[in-house]
Amino acid sequence: MTVTVTTTINGDHEEFVCEADETLLDALRDHLGLTGSKEGCGTGDCGACSVMLDGRLVCACLVLAAEAEGRRVETIEGMAEGGELHPLQQKFLDAAALQCGICTPGFLVAAKALLERNPDPSETEVRYWLAGNLCRCTGYDKIVRAVLDTAAEMRSA
Amino acid sequence: MPDQSVLPRQFRVVGQRKRRPDGIDKVTGRARFGADMTAPGMLWGLVLRSPHPHARIRSIDTSKAEALPGVKAVVTGRDFEGGERDDVSINCMAGGKALYDGHAVAAVAATSKHAARAALKLIEVDYEVLPHVTDVDAAMQPDAPLLHEDMVTDGLQPPPDRPSNIAARHEIGHGDVETGFAEADEIVELSFKTEATHQGYIEPHACVASVSPDGSADLWVCTQGHFMVRNVCAAMLGLESSQLRVTASEIGGGFGGKTTVFIEPVALALSRKANRPVKMQMTRAEVFRATGPTASSSVDCRVGVTKDGRITAAQAELRYQGGAFAGAGADMGAMAIFTPYDIAHVKAVAWDVVTNRPKLAAYRAPGAPMAAFAAESTLDEAARRIGMDPLELRLKNAAREGTKAAYGPTFPRIGLTACLEAVRDSAHYKAPLGPNQGRGLACGFWFNFGGETCTTVNVNKDGTIGLSVGTPDIGGSRASMCAMAAEEFGVPYEKVRTVIADTASLGYNDVTDGSRVTFSSGLATIQASRQAIKRLCQRAAIMWGIDEEAVVWEDGHAKPASPNAGDFAPLSLAEIAAESANTGGPIAGHHEVNAEGAGVSFGVHLCDLEVDPETGFVKVLRYTAAQDAGKAVNPDYVEGQMQGGSAQGIGWALNEGYVYGEDGKLQNAGFLDYRIPVASDLPMIDAIIVEEPNPGHPYGVRGVGETSIAPPLAAVGNAIRAATGVRLTETPMAPPRILAALDAKVGDPDGRMTGQERDAPGKKARDGLPDDGLP
Ligand code: FES
Ligand code: FES
Repeated sequence: MTVTVTTTINGDHEEFVCEADETLLDALRDHLGLTGSKEGCGTGDCGACSVMLDGRLVCACLVLAAEAEGRRVETIEGMAEGGELHPLQQKFLDAAALQCGICTPGFLVAAKALLERNPDPSETEVRYWLAGNLCRCTGYDKIVRAVLDTAAEMRSA
Repeated sequence: MPDQSVLPRQFRVVGQRKRRPDGIDKVTGRARFGADMTAPGMLWGLVLRSPHPHARIRSIDTSKAEALPGVKAVVTGRDFEGGERDDVSINCMAGGKALYDGHAVAAVAATSKHAARAALKLIEVDYEVLPHVTDVDAAMQPDAPLLHEDMVTDGLQPPPDRPSNIAARHEIGHGDVETGFAEADEIVELSFKTEATHQGYIEPHACVASVSPDGSADLWVCTQGHFMVRNVCAAMLGLESSQLRVTASEIGGGFGGKTTVFIEPVALALSRKANRPVKMQMTRAEVFRATGPTASSSVDCRVGVTKDGRITAAQAELRYQGGAFAGAGADMGAMAIFTPYDIAHVKAVAWDVVTNRPKLAAYRAPGAPMAAFAAESTLDEAARRIGMDPLELRLKNAAREGTKAAYGPTFPRIGLTACLEAVRDSAHYKAPLGPNQGRGLACGFWFNFGGETCTTVNVNKDGTIGLSVGTPDIGGSRASMCAMAAEEFGVPYEKVRTVIADTASLGYNDVTDGSRVTFSSGLATIQASRQAIKRLCQRAAIMWGIDEEAVVWEDGHAKPASPNAGDFAPLSLAEIAAESANTGGPIAGHHEVNAEGAGVSFGVHLCDLEVDPETGFVKVLRYTAAQDAGKAVNPDYVEGQMQGGSAQGIGWALNEGYVYGEDGKLQNAGFLDYRIPVASDLPMIDAIIVEEPNPGHPYGVRGVGETSIAPPLAAVGNAIRAATGVRLTETPMAPPRILAALDAKVGDPDGRMTGQERDAPGKKARDGLPDDGLP
């Protein structure tokens, strides 16, 4: 069974057809060409597919595509404003907070969500907030530092 | 080994923390990884996998699946019989037997994922289930279920007269261990076991294959070595190398696990049969069940020391199982096990064993972490016996320039003592510890490789540089290549762009493994750049009308070598490049090498942790890793390798391990049950880069990718020993195991936590609860 979904993605009106049991992640990647959200597990364990749904951080692999009907989806592709990187993106780049980079979109989306609700997180808060995002390359050191440093810079900006 | 005569020198770009060129696409989601590619008319491919750990395949009926609307091709082992049918091929698609839970037995390609899934359910396989074995020690028993009727142990004299699961025996060593043990005041003997772990790269294997009716084919794939993929797939499918062009996508982690093929030949076979492009992408469960985890191991270790801390002899027997095919890498473990130390009498015997588990693949310093766990834990115990600081003991016996390693070579300049001293001098080493806390130290070693490499550098007409390398970039190697080319040409880092060329565009390159890329692709980049610079000088000579010998290259400019050569204003690279049409055409450099002289790498790790005596939970509090990088081309990414390897090793030590049930099936094929460290599990990891230049590289570079996973298992185990008084000898050192060890220990004199203290509320609360299910 297919359904037609009308939704807003990164501020743009989108309409797509998908199977009723397809996930939002599959819809983004397979139907909309938005491959920035990654599939690391498909079971909600790695966070590589992190997106915002009506302002809430979710795993796109655990949301049905049909659930996006009438709602607002934000993905990594919408994080930079035109050519202007979000401060977190810039910091990840400058501070070598990525190695292979497959986890990076998920970390950035999740970290942005954190800083929006807590602009001054402690290291422990950053570590626990990001505990749903797996990175196998970095040991998290440079990622956690990048988030803390970005938070400090955004507060003083 | 070629002595590249490393002289102390000032670097302009190398050694700086330059921003990686591929980073912008990775922080914006534009980078295209294995699963991010599509092709017009593409089908979806899926694999049917054996539910049995060991079974004869009597027949496979695919007719119902083929009849399903949308299904365009079905393949089984039959479809691979025309090509080479070696272990890799049989691992990709079973022949007469399924050898492990998850072994591929058939595959389909259909117009949608839905149709492909439905088709898998319609394939009927008639299995004759056979007895299985998944433990290494059990598999070595004479009455163990036999995987291969024709496997006769290699390396035994006389050769055995009947088959077994023991693929090979290896022996490494020098001196006479019994003489050495006779000189010892104390002999420590311990046995260890480690469970198999998985690399756990976050990107599952994925590819898009497209075979044309004339046999020419394209393959897009996330791999550590697209030339290897080309050669292996071409042999399996009966194609010529030139017919198959492989393009390496961005790769979302590999750590050795993407140095072979799994779904790639299957996708090509499906595409050939369907005459359409086919995309395949593994699920996470498939990655765990059917790609290549590490060996699991069982190691006996014996070390003799004198009272004043000299290691007189060391001996080990290593038994590794590497899944259903030969090649468990026990020989690498034997070669690595005592290498950090200068020991006169060493013997290491290695047994390579097969079991009903997936065929292992390399994982970061393959074979070394389990060996180091045994050796470094035993040494820690020896230090306790003689009442010596464990760092002191290691410093006293550390391998250095001139030490003859038991696996053969005599070391040139190496950095182990420098790493030990760096850790000894760190603030961490002197920091106080609280109750239930302990500190553990361990050393690690990795050989590092060079290998076949070929690189092209093109000087563009606008004075920029295009560099083509053939080694996929996993952790930022393009940044290092740009830095080395910029260093040679004397141009800004930003003027160099490095791409990973496809297999049709560059000569053969070995896989990105063995910590070889910054060393060997770097070496080839430097030499190719030097060749191009020579040509730039020739062109300047033509422009000036002087002899080319009279031109030198300095700071990105051609200059007359001396006032005698003539009075010419220096010509920049851009000025010479702009004139190239008039001086002989395009300017390029190229270098091919089978690189030697990779330069071994040592590391020393220090771990502080706290053990909760009630729950057995271990919290890592502080971690320091020192490692010899020779010369760190980009310190950010050297630190990243050290931190990442440490984290993987900590995971291996504390949480990670394959769990097989009595039924021979993998019980934890997902990230929920196979738990890799998350951000909240770890502290910051302090990385101390030590630089003892490698004489085999023009800048002194050593590979840095792998050594960092060797020390953590023992560093953690030794810290648990210090915190609790109990010695853990099996990984994962998870809470149930720690509690069991604490319960077993009663009144150990030098333990901080006695059995009585432990026998408090926590234990009572646990009495009567079932076992937590760890093996
Ligand atoms: S893919 Fe969604 S959490 Fe892993
Ligand atoms: S950078 Fe590779 S998984 Fe995070």
